[in-house]
Order: sequence, then structure tokens, then C-alpha cells
Amino acid sequence: MDTSPPEPRLSALYQELILDHYRRPRNKGALEGATHSVSLNNPLCGDEIDLQLRVDADVIRDVRFIGRGCSISQASASMMTQLLKDRTVPQALTLAARMSAMMQGDESAAKDKSLGDLRALAGVSKFPVRIKCALLPWNALTDAVKP
Amino acid sequence: MMLDAARLRADFPLLERQEHGRRLVYLDNAATTQKPEAVLSAIADYYRTTNANVHRGAYALAIRATEAYEAARAKLAAFVNAWAPEGVVFTRGTTESINLVAGSYGRAHVGRGDTVVVTAMDHHSNLVPWQILCQERGATLRMVEITEDGRIDLSDFGTALERRPKLVAFPYVSNALGTVNPVAQLAKLAHAVGAVVVVDGAQSTPHLRVDVQALDCDFYALSGHKMLGPMGSGALVAKPELLEAMPPYHGGGEMISRVFDDHSTYNKIPHKFEAGTPNVEAAVGLAAAIGYLEKIGLERIAEHEQALAQAAIEQLTQIDGVTVYGPRGHRAGVVSFTYGDIHPHDIATILDQDGVCIRAGHHCTQPLMRRLNVPATARASFYLYNELGDVAALAGSLVKAGALFGYVPA
Repeated sequence: MDTSPPEPRLSALYQELILDHYRRPRNKGALEGATHSVSLNNPLCGDEIDLQLRVDADVIRDVRFIGRGCSISQASASMMTQLLKDRTVPQALTLAARMSAMMQGDESAAKDKSLGDLRALAGVSKFPVRIKCALLPWNALTDAVKP
Repeated sequence: MMLDAARLRADFPLLERQEHGRRLVYLDNAATTQKPEAVLSAIADYYRTTNANVHRGAYALAIRATEAYEAARAKLAAFVNAWAPEGVVFTRGTTESINLVAGSYGRAHVGRGDTVVVTAMDHHSNLVPWQILCQERGATLRMVEITEDGRIDLSDFGTALERRPKLVAFPYVSNALGTVNPVAQLAKLAHAVGAVVVVDGAQSTPHLRVDVQALDCDFYALSGHKMLGPMGSGALVAKPELLEAMPPYHGGGEMISRVFDDHSTYNKIPHKFEAGTPNVEAAVGLAAAIGYLEKIGLERIAEHEQALAQAAIEQLTQIDGVTVYGPRGHRAGVVSFTYGDIHPHDIATILDQDGVCIRAGHHCTQPLMRRLNVPATARASFYLYNELGDVAALAGSLVKAGALFGYVPA
């Protein structure tokens, strides 16, 4: 049996932090008093997310998600919810743009502290078919808050 | 006895390639198969020596093109023991074939209050066309349940037939479970209540000896690309008297007899259902694929895949946390599984780094996934060029995935 260590791109993809968010998702479950909600799925692979936000005076007061899917999509959702609380809607959209840039391989975005734990997902940019998994919750966010 | 897969692989240029620096282990044959040199050269030769529009030209080249196209039809007819060559309509594949039946036979015969029966293991291509038809006609779609071990529930099938459906559709082989359904038995039961029988043959035609007359279905749909042929090749095989009575599906050239200002009369079958310039290249390539398969023998291919599937089930179920779906014992070379809480997409990504290509997802069978209570599965599917070493590579790579995810069995 092949017992060679997993190749570096794989270890970079499946970092401990990602698996931790996958197995112990933060802010998972329904949100009481949600003002905005969007369900998105990836019809190709079946990843699902139902994102719920409570927005008050253009500020995201609370955010939770319900979802199922691969480690990348679910970790991305969990990490995203950590970042969004008490951000204004324009700030949240800026983060979405930074996340998208990181997925396109933008190295400055991958070092951008404003992305918090999400920087652990930088390795996804090397796996083009998985980028849509990482961006699924962000697309739900953009859909939810668009005027 | 197993085939000499290593020797057969030499016929497939793509399988000589490496993926991520490793020998390509292609285990996504239920999605599509690789093409042997014989098929690639048949397509190239057609364009180099024979290409012209068919059933139109009066010159020798066009006659040769027409002969090549019709010879492909005859070859496919013999391959599945069709009722007659004119009962073989070339299509883009199984999906188009089933849409043809739904759009033509279905619209002519299914009306308000009627019932169409499908099964919970049908591919979306043998489900959505019937949903659309039933919605349009005000008919009821009745889905037959499956058993715990992934077979059609015969008692529920019997209950569904009490509605005296106009049409019953099911797959010969399940693309997600590998179940081989008792088509002749199901067809007999359906005929007894006056239904016509539509069989999705996408996963059976490449892998076992098909005899549509012995099965006694009414319509049989198949795809060429899953049996070493080109993408966009396929056919609807039907009882000629049914095709004769059916209204056309697509209108255009080739399918007409006489065209007046306000109406037309139609060509004879199968041409009535082949509007426009057909994909002659696909038909010629498919005929070459059939030649290749016949040379090996479908019985031997089926036996080879059985051995691979059994080995895969044995090796995968030895990995703590792996669940294999579908029947044990007699089944096709499709093995769907899950591995603890590691999502199938993650499994597929990790295996890909070892050059192991599998499918992850719902396999276009969302109703089935709901019944298995999983959002998705990983699926390995075998063909004549796979060998036991490929099964070992799959199992080995899966163990690695477990390690990477720190999978600890419950």
C-alpha cells in the first residue's frame, strides 16, 4: 500500500483549520428574526446553503447558516459567518470581493488579514473545480444583501 | 476469467497518459468511456474518404456516405437484436431518445388523468421528460420505491400497475447502484395491464449482452459514448409498428415526404424521426465501437466487470467507515460508496491527486440519493480496460483520504 505522505497541494487544501470548521461549524442553525435569507445550491455537486441574516440600518447584526456539502463549502460558510457580524453591508461586499480575488489566485488577498480564518482556503485556488464550493456561501451573501 | 486489461489499454491512446505524474486510473466509465484507436480512426477515415450529406446526393461519394450511415444502423440493430433496422432511430444519446418517446408517443397517448410509472432509481434523463409530459397533460407520475438493498420493490411495482398506467419506464442497469433489473419480468407485468415499456439502456448496452426482443420492451434507449463510441452518438430502438404510428418529433429536412404550403407528409421510419443532417460521424464511430466490443464478446466483458466489482466491494468494505450501496451478488460494475463524514467531493479531489478518476455527486439521481439518505456518493465504475490493480489503487488512495481527514472510525 502507498504510505507516502500526501502531496503538498493536498495538505495545503485540507488544512486542520478547514477540517475543524467542517466538523464543528460556527453559527450553524436557523436564525431567529432573520430579515434576509437566501438558499443556494450547486446543482452539479449538490452542495447546499441556506444563509440567514438579520440586517438593521445596513449593519449585519447576526448571521447563521444551514447547509450540507463538502468540507470546502461548509468551512467557507462557517468562516464567513464569523467575519460578518456587525459589519456594514458594503463592508461585507468588500470581503466577498476579496474572497473572490483570493480564489482567482490573488496573493495579496491571500495575505489580507481582513479575511481571517478564510485565508486557510487560499489553497483552493489551485483546484479550479473546487472554487465554486468555496464561493457558494459568498454568492448566497451577495444575493441576500443586493438591493 | 478476466480479460487481459493491460493489453486492451494499449488500444486506448488516452489511457497511456499520466495524470499528476501517475498512471491514469480511469474509474468513471458510467459517465463516459475512453475511445479505442479503432473508433478514432473510423471517424477520421470517414472524413478523409467518405464525407458527404446522406440520403440526398446523387453522386458516388454521397452514396458511400449513405451506405456507411445505414450500415452503422444495421450493425447497431444486430448488436441489440432490434426488431428491424428501421426500428433504430439515431439520436444524440439516451436523453434525446427518451425525450423523443415522451414528446411523440407520450404526447399522443398520455392524457388527463392517465398515469406514467417511473422508479426511484431512474436517472434524471428517464424522469424529468416524464415529469414534463405529465405536467403538460395533467397526468399523474407514480414513482416506484426501491428496496433496502437497492432493487426495484416488486410489490410496489405491482401496486403502481393497479393504476393501469399508459407507460412504464425504468433502467435496465442503475447508474448509481449497479442494480441489474429483471427487465423481461417487469415488461411482462406492465404489458399485462396494457402499458408500453420504456427501458433506459444507457448502463446496460455497454456492459452485457442485450436482446431487446427477448426483453420484450417497447422502447429501448442507449448512448454510444458509454460504450467506446463518440459523444453525441446513440439511438432509440423501438418496435417498428409503434414508430409507424407516432407523430414526428422534430420537423425539418429528411423527415418529410412531400411539403405543401401549409402541411407536409412524412418520410417512412426511421427517417421520420431524423430531421436535419444527422451525425454520420457518430454513427460510423459507434459502429466501430460495436465491432471492437463484439471482438471481445459482451459475455466476457460482463464477467470481467463482475470480478472487478466484487473485488472493489470486498476491498472497500474492509476500510472502517466505508459504506457500499446497492445489491451484493449479481450486479454491474458500478460501485457507489461513502466514507464516514468525508464528503464525496473531497474524496474525489484526493483520489485525483493519485491519478484515480471517480465520480462524486448525486449521479443525476436525486430522488435515489434522498432515499439512501445521503446528499451524494462517490462512485467507481469499471470497464474492459480496468484491472485488479485499479481496484487496489482506489482502495489505497481511499486509505490516504482517511488519513488526511484524520478519519477515526466511530
